[in-house]
Amino acid sequence: MLAFLIRRLIGAFLVLIAVSFITYLIFIKIPGGDPAPRIAGRTATEANIQDIREKLHLNDPFYSQYWAMMKSLFTGSLTSYSSQLNVVEQIKSGIPATFSLCIGAGAIWLFFGILVGLISAVKAGQWSDSVITVFALIGISLPVFWLGLMSRYVFAEDHPFSFLPDGEYVPLTQNPWQWFTHLLMPWLVLAVLFIGFYGRVLRSNILDTINEDYVRTAKAKGLPYRGVLVRHVLRNSLIPIVTLFGLDFAAVIGGSAILTETVFDLKGVGWYAAQAVQDLDLPPIMGVTIYATFFIVLFSVVVDLLYALLDPRIRPT
Amino acid sequence: MAERLIEVRGLKVQFATEDGVVRAVDGVDFELGRGEVLGIVGESGSGKSVTAMTLLGLTKDTNTRFEGEILYKGRDVLQMNEAELQDVRGNEMSMIFQDPMTSLNPVYTIGAQICEAIQIHEKTQKGIARRRAIELLKQVGIPNADSRVDNYPHEFSGGMRQRAMIAMALACNPDVLIADEPTTALDVTIQAQIIELIDRLKDEFNSAVILITHDLGVVADVADSIIVMYAGRVVERAQTRSLFYDPQMPYTWGLLGSIPRLDRPKQERLHSIEGAPPSLIRAPAGCKFRPRCPHAFAKCMEEPGLENRVEEPTHLDRCWLSVAEKREVREATIRGEAA
Repeated sequence: MLAFLIRRLIGAFLVLIAVSFITYLIFIKIPGGDPAPRIAGRTATEANIQDIREKLHLNDPFYSQYWAMMKSLFTGSLTSYSSQLNVVEQIKSGIPATFSLCIGAGAIWLFFGILVGLISAVKAGQWSDSVITVFALIGISLPVFWLGLMSRYVFAEDHPFSFLPDGEYVPLTQNPWQWFTHLLMPWLVLAVLFIGFYGRVLRSNILDTINEDYVRTAKAKGLPYRGVLVRHVLRNSLIPIVTLFGLDFAAVIGGSAILTETVFDLKGVGWYAAQAVQDLDLPPIMGVTIYATFFIVLFSVVVDLLYALLDPRIRPT
Repeated sequence: MAERLIEVRGLKVQFATEDGVVRAVDGVDFELGRGEVLGIVGESGSGKSVTAMTLLGLTKDTNTRFEGEILYKGRDVLQMNEAELQDVRGNEMSMIFQDPMTSLNPVYTIGAQICEAIQIHEKTQKGIARRRAIELLKQVGIPNADSRVDNYPHEFSGGMRQRAMIAMALACNPDVLIADEPTTALDVTIQAQIIELIDRLKDEFNSAVILITHDLGVVADVADSIIVMYAGRVVERAQTRSLFYDPQMPYTWGLLGSIPRLDRPKQERLHSIEGAPPSLIRAPAGCKFRPRCPHAFAKCMEEPGLENRVEEPTHLDRCWLSVAEKREVREATIRGEAA
């Protein structure tokens, strides 16, 4: 078990290095990636630009630039090219909004995803299953930016029926009720896609599992329907959902809820990443990439551990 | 006859499918007394498993139709509601399945799965159920049962899993144990052990056993009586002795011919029955075995009834050939010469 953990941690470290290096390489190789002319401004002379290049060490070989950037990132001194703000501080300030959004949405999508999957599998072939399927497919197909804007228009626009505040993040410590009402719409909008998807996946998992021989054994023991369904069918069908949830959750925590954060003006990590990409601002891009990779790697280790817990067949002995 | 536990009368099971009605079981009758072993023999698709599952009400579904009756101690299983069935399953009648590799839930320990069977039917404490589980594992011959009880199914070999399945099936001391091809997925060396185990436990637990197999060799030693099924029907039914010494159905001859035997010359090829079992949606007219029967004649276009035709009064068969004719051509057919 310990060996497994150590192996995974070494692997995680290598992944972090590889991802950051590739991101760095892509950035400096794309046309217009050179930050010096942009920082220098419109009326800059060649001398100005050279001056900036010198100051930012842009004339050094790329590996030493990479090394310098990683060093300043991990010591917390890395600053943005365009705003000169500290990258680590900026990411830290985005974390409360991102975590609030993702933990809430994650809980909602996991709960309703399982509920939807369970109901549609139990009612498979009946009209309620068809209705749920149609809604699930609509949910999967709705783009977040459209759904986000529409829900803002319907629930938060200035008209008599609106009852939710429009966008922005209110810290939990400042006002829990405001925190909740401000996040309710973003939670649901972010969760809709996943609910539809998880529901479909779980439905087919359940329908596969229900034909397993051990389910027949459970029935033959005299276990009531509910017990068969929960203890034998659902228990085994949920194992793949754990993987799915671990990785999806890591992705949104890691800042991939960019659209939701942007539409609802939640200044989280995803929003910060979007700004950085728009400005072609390398330091924040690197910062957010490392931050996101960290969560993906962390959660894939957690998923592996959970998997071993849930399925004794793959437990390392 | 000992106390009569099961009486099946005119059982028919039909599944409505997109391709038509599948007549999986099409007229089955038998009875079973305490302490008896009944063998049900036939090829895949002859309706033996469906018959077994129906005894426990496990084939009940919106697309399934039943006819006839299955009387368990006088109560009709087909008329029971779900709660009554749950009460019977695992408690009064329990079942062992073909593939022990897939019939145990991989995520629970062997002990937990046996305890589950106990605790469904008896409100016992966990500790007591666990001690019972260990005791049962000992009875079915699992070594170190005290520690093995906490193993997961994948830590057991195939034979041990089937033993664990048997322990689970016997957990509530059932009257009837239905074993659906319990040895098909196992090594030949293990097969005999498992059959012997079932036979021994039947006496210890004072139960009756229905042993389903496609291999007449498996039931030869343990069954008191045997029914041979073909295309959802019983085509021959007799005391084991009578069936082996005086088989009346050409289909039974085919099954007998396909048992490998040590007392035959080595170079002789193992005989098999030509063709495949008929469609259960559109079964052939007349005798269902006619298209594959080497002795079919004009009369076979009309279906024979299941009747007694030989001296032994409990020996029934469905074949138009005269008993004398049968006895004359039988040996050659079993050896695979007549075809």
